Amino acid sequence: MGKPRVIAETGAGQHGVATAMACAVLGLKAEVYMGSEDIERQKLNVFRMHLLGAKVHSVDSGSKTLKDAINEALRDWVTNLEETYYIIGSVVGPHPYPVIVRDFQSVIGREVKRQMKRREGSLPDAIVACVGGGSNAMGSFHPFVRDGSVKLFGVEAGGTGRGRSAATLVEGRPGVLHGMLTYLLQDGDGQVLPTESISAGLDYPGVGPEHSFLNDSGRATYVSATDEEAVSAFHLLSKKEGIIPALESAHAVAYAVKLAGKMKRDESVVVTLSGRGDKDVQIIAKRAGLEI
Amino acid sequence: MSGIKTVFRSLRGEGALIAYVMGGDPDIETTERVVGALVAGGADIIELGIPFSDPIADGRSIQEAAVRSLAAGTRPADVLKLVSRIKKAHDVPIAVMTYYNILYSPGLDGFLAEAKGAGVDGLIIPDLPLDETAEYSKLAIKHGLDTILLAAPTTSPERMRLLVKHSTGFLYLVSLLGVTGARSQLGEDTLRLVRSAKRQTRGKIPLGVGFGISKPEHVRAVIGAGADAAIVGSSIVNMVASGNGTDAMLNEVESYVRSLKAATKSRRAAQT
Repeated sequence: MGKPRVIAETGAGQHGVATAMACAVLGLKAEVYMGSEDIERQKLNVFRMHLLGAKVHSVDSGSKTLKDAINEALRDWVTNLEETYYIIGSVVGPHPYPVIVRDFQSVIGREVKRQMKRREGSLPDAIVACVGGGSNAMGSFHPFVRDGSVKLFGVEAGGTGRGRSAATLVEGRPGVLHGMLTYLLQDGDGQVLPTESISAGLDYPGVGPEHSFLNDSGRATYVSATDEEAVSAFHLLSKKEGIIPALESAHAVAYAVKLAGKMKRDESVVVTLSGRGDKDVQIIAKRAGLEI
Repeated sequence: MSGIKTVFRSLRGEGALIAYVMGGDPDIETTERVVGALVAGGADIIELGIPFSDPIADGRSIQEAAVRSLAAGTRPADVLKLVSRIKKAHDVPIAVMTYYNILYSPGLDGFLAEAKGAGVDGLIIPDLPLDETAEYSKLAIKHGLDTILLAAPTTSPERMRLLVKHSTGFLYLVSLLGVTGARSQLGEDTLRLVRSAKRQTRGKIPLGVGFGISKPEHVRAVIGAGADAAIVGSSIVNMVASGNGTDAMLNEVESYVRSLKAATKSRRAAQT
């Protein structure tokens, strides 16, 4: 394309870090839009982006989170279209972004399939992944959509309860935002509602349109886990498996634990861990009343 | 014939001035008085914003106007009620500018029926791409509302032909790559763009040019380059924002609009 400048939006900072990393290797200029609230709660990733030579723009409009970072990135893109490419961080936005991101993220599901065949000789009975925009979930689900025996579960952020969440498919209805027709958290007039979640990466009032499709067709099931449940799951996985999951992924762990209780002993569940929890250690410590 | 079409038919040898104001910024009563000032200053068409929570095509000025309007509790129905009052007081066409979810969420057909009932003449929906307009266009035609579609500097000639075909009222040409907002300079690129767009729209549909236009010399230049209308928004919004609903602000808006309107009458001079 010959475009020397790359922009991205980021919620938790993972996509921003990945974009900054790729741009550092390729000698491209990287600028990342991030809500000011997310900058505050995901400082570690902000510092990583700085180390990698990216410029981080703080977005102060609206809810100061992921949705507003996408608004600002879209405004930048239409202004600087000639020299700029926009790398969207989730399966959201105008076509063909949801398809592009899904296809790249599908490495997750393909890898799951290969490993399950090799280790268990079969497909998993269920796959569980967290859903904000829903890129890791779509990447996990996509290679299994036609494998009817595999149940697919997307876990949204339940925040501190109904109406104070980011559980778009559980609580929302269809609407149009960011160039897509999809489920949205909105009021009766179509104004997009503020969201609430302990995890910056799930704190988004929309969801990838293909998730809306899988929801309506019944192929996948969408549920939510609250902040409280996610934090418990964060501790549980750390203690029992020695893995510190991202707070986003901890939502998936929380539901997987519930689900496993209802399954037979010889059935298998795959849980996608979309990120590591290093970035969230401060939030967890603060919640426990500790300074680190 | 729609009110918008009538305006373009009646203007001979001069361009139209389309003046934008955000509905409910900072409250509905102030907007009603600002519209009075716009009409008194000579605006030919009023573009009235319905605030949306996520105005991605708008720059800082109009974003902040939307925030103020929503904070005051403005709902789409309030802006439509305002339209009815404006239509009783003034003989001026009104194009509503908002984002697609405001139409889609309550139901497209019902929203368009209410808009028409209130006296709206046409709609400008910047986040609705041509490819997704089928249902909207069908229903807008049914209700007798103009579908004012947008073209950008990056629009290809093939797409331009389709935009011309599916626009009614006028075609909204975005003068630059970017979002709304007053700019101090108007580039030669913009004038080239206007001339090229005029070649494609001439005799088919009036051409309105907006984004970045804030001075009488900008208006004179785009009208001189062949535009049928100049659209001015953010600079009016800025006056409303700093004016706090005072009579001085209304006077400022009126005389500003008068200076812009005077600049639309220079077509013949600019073309010779």
